[in-house]
Amino acid sequence: MGKISVFVGLLWLFFGNHLWAGTITVCNSCEVKTIREGIAVAADFDTLLIKKGTYKEYNIQVNKPLTIIGENYPVVDGEDQGEIITIVSNNVTIDGLFIINVGTSYTADYAAIRVVKSEDFLIQNVVLEKLFFGIYLEKCKNGKVYNNKIIGDAVDEYNSGNGIQLWYSQNIVVERNIVQHVRDGIYLEFSDNIIIENNISSNNLRYGLHFMFSNDDIYKNNTFENNGAGVAVMFSKRIKMLGNTFKKNWGTASFGVLLKEINDAEITGNTFEENTIGISIEGSNRINYSKNNFIKNGWAIKVRGACYANTFIHNNFMYNSFDLAYNSNLNDNIFEENYWSNYTGYDLDRNGMGDVPYRPVKLFSYIVNRTPETIILLRSLFMDIIDFSEKVSPVFTPDALVDAKPLMKKIK
Amino acid sequence: MPSRQYQLTTRMIKILKYSFYDLMRSRWSYVYFLFYLLLGFVLLFLNNELSKAVITLMNVIIVLVPLIGTIFGVMYYYNSKEFTELLLAQPIKRSSIFLGQYFGVAGSLTMSLVLGLGIPFALYGLFESNAIWDFSLLLITGAFLTLIFTAVAFNIALSNENRIKGFGYAVLAWLFLAVIYDGLFLMSLIVFEEYPLDSFSLVATMFNPIDLSRTLILLKLDISALLGYTGAIFKQFFGTNFGLVMSICMLLLWTIIPVWRLSYVAKRKDF
Repeated sequence: MGKISVFVGLLWLFFGNHLWAGTITVCNSCEVKTIREGIAVAADFDTLLIKKGTYKEYNIQVNKPLTIIGENYPVVDGEDQGEIITIVSNNVTIDGLFIINVGTSYTADYAAIRVVKSEDFLIQNVVLEKLFFGIYLEKCKNGKVYNNKIIGDAVDEYNSGNGIQLWYSQNIVVERNIVQHVRDGIYLEFSDNIIIENNISSNNLRYGLHFMFSNDDIYKNNTFENNGAGVAVMFSKRIKMLGNTFKKNWGTASFGVLLKEINDAEITGNTFEENTIGISIEGSNRINYSKNNFIKNGWAIKVRGACYANTFIHNNFMYNSFDLAYNSNLNDNIFEENYWSNYTGYDLDRNGMGDVPYRPVKLFSYIVNRTPETIILLRSLFMDIIDFSEKVSPVFTPDALVDAKPLMKKIK
Repeated sequence: MPSRQYQLTTRMIKILKYSFYDLMRSRWSYVYFLFYLLLGFVLLFLNNELSKAVITLMNVIIVLVPLIGTIFGVMYYYNSKEFTELLLAQPIKRSSIFLGQYFGVAGSLTMSLVLGLGIPFALYGLFESNAIWDFSLLLITGAFLTLIFTAVAFNIALSNENRIKGFGYAVLAWLFLAVIYDGLFLMSLIVFEEYPLDSFSLVATMFNPIDLSRTLILLKLDISALLGYTGAIFKQFFGTNFGLVMSICMLLLWTIIPVWRLSYVAKRKDF
């Protein structure tokens, strides 16, 4: 009896696997002509192989664990009708589709691919064009969004959507994606334990990366370039930003990163280059800034107050118009052992640190903070003269705001 | 009548030519020319990017050009005083004498500036780069500043027989427009910070040729993003054709009024 049951079990397993993990091919001349049909006839854990061609479909609901693979990038054309693929099941893989023409709506956030309350999904090698929202993860867990290319054509903020949006999601990896010309490149809200890595988010209308109320996330080696306003980071705890590049966010209201109500974060090894403001900080506490490069920014750092216990150690400040703007008391923030290209002191005891403290806040920067209209005197001889006299004998700028150990050589 | 008018003009041109060649022969305009040539080459050698060099050059131009125009103007006037008195004994219209001298000085200074900076920039490929408009604006404002400050210097020299006094006043005039004016401007911005200051700062900028030149150039460069909200208002004004025409008119006015006063006073002055 035991033997038979094992045999039957094996047989069941064998055929079962064969039955359930079958491959269904979808093409224009096949038996199954549409993706929707394919999903309907597929059993759980089947693979849907979609051949090259154009599939004019929208509102495709993936409601069972399936692997949907496109061969040579088949085009799924939503014809601006609405959402294109909605995943409502666990263990779904989408790979290699070319999805275009997502419908625009003012009442619903239509996405090219939406994942709803699902786990263990993988979305990879997908190309999205002419979209409203791109990849929208809603209350999901344990998924991965990998190597996708999202090219939008957003013109106005009010009728465009975000490239990759995470909402109430956890343990998601977003890696090696390229997002361009959408409203916000990558957007996170109420999403914890997310890893955002090696993505390139550029030329977006508003923010390259935008997150709020999202804790314990890691942002690593991403590039954010030439976005309307840069990157905005708000109301989050324990985040890590490592080795990212924030570049060319140049405009009257742009910044590399805006930090607002961020606590216990680590910002290390990032490069801020040619931004109007490198980092704009507001109400953020216990953040460690180290080994960052601030190069050729208008303002490297603008501290807007209510910031406590932040440490700026071992950063390079090079060729910024203003290194620092500060409009409150120093509080207990620390600036130490940074390299400042504007530093003109000397190092007699040859310990690698200047003997004269460096004052990163220029008098002009202080005045501009008080009366913004005075910025019109930028680069006038008078400002240079009073900046110089202030440098020699500080009267107005906060007394304690010094780097007592400015480095003589830049940190590599 | 036309022949007389013609005669007057040719005389003025003759004096202009004389002053011009006089300065060309003197060492100083070569020094001035070589200074700009060297400055241009060094700047471009250190920083190959034309647009970056333009902004460094702006700092030099808005400070140095007025200063040199002022000092050169005063010096030239006092130095050629005896020759001027000799000319006055001749049947030549007074305005031709003084205007001829003025345009001779201002013209040679402008030429030194334009050629001194133009040659290195042209050699480094100005004509293929898109910095050409910024650079032309720089040269135009530089030329205007030379014309304005030389005229102011001539006026001061004409009104002061005492050389030391005249020299002092001229430097003071430069100091006022280059530095003190901005100080007063800044003070009034801070004192009246409660009030809307946009139109005030626009007007205050328009009235000082140095500030006007600086603002005109700054707004054309990338760095204008730093000006933020205030910059946006300025851009709205100076960015339009109307604003540009207004600024050029203002600079012209700054040139014409001292030149007019020069000929007016010269006509009535008892030498």
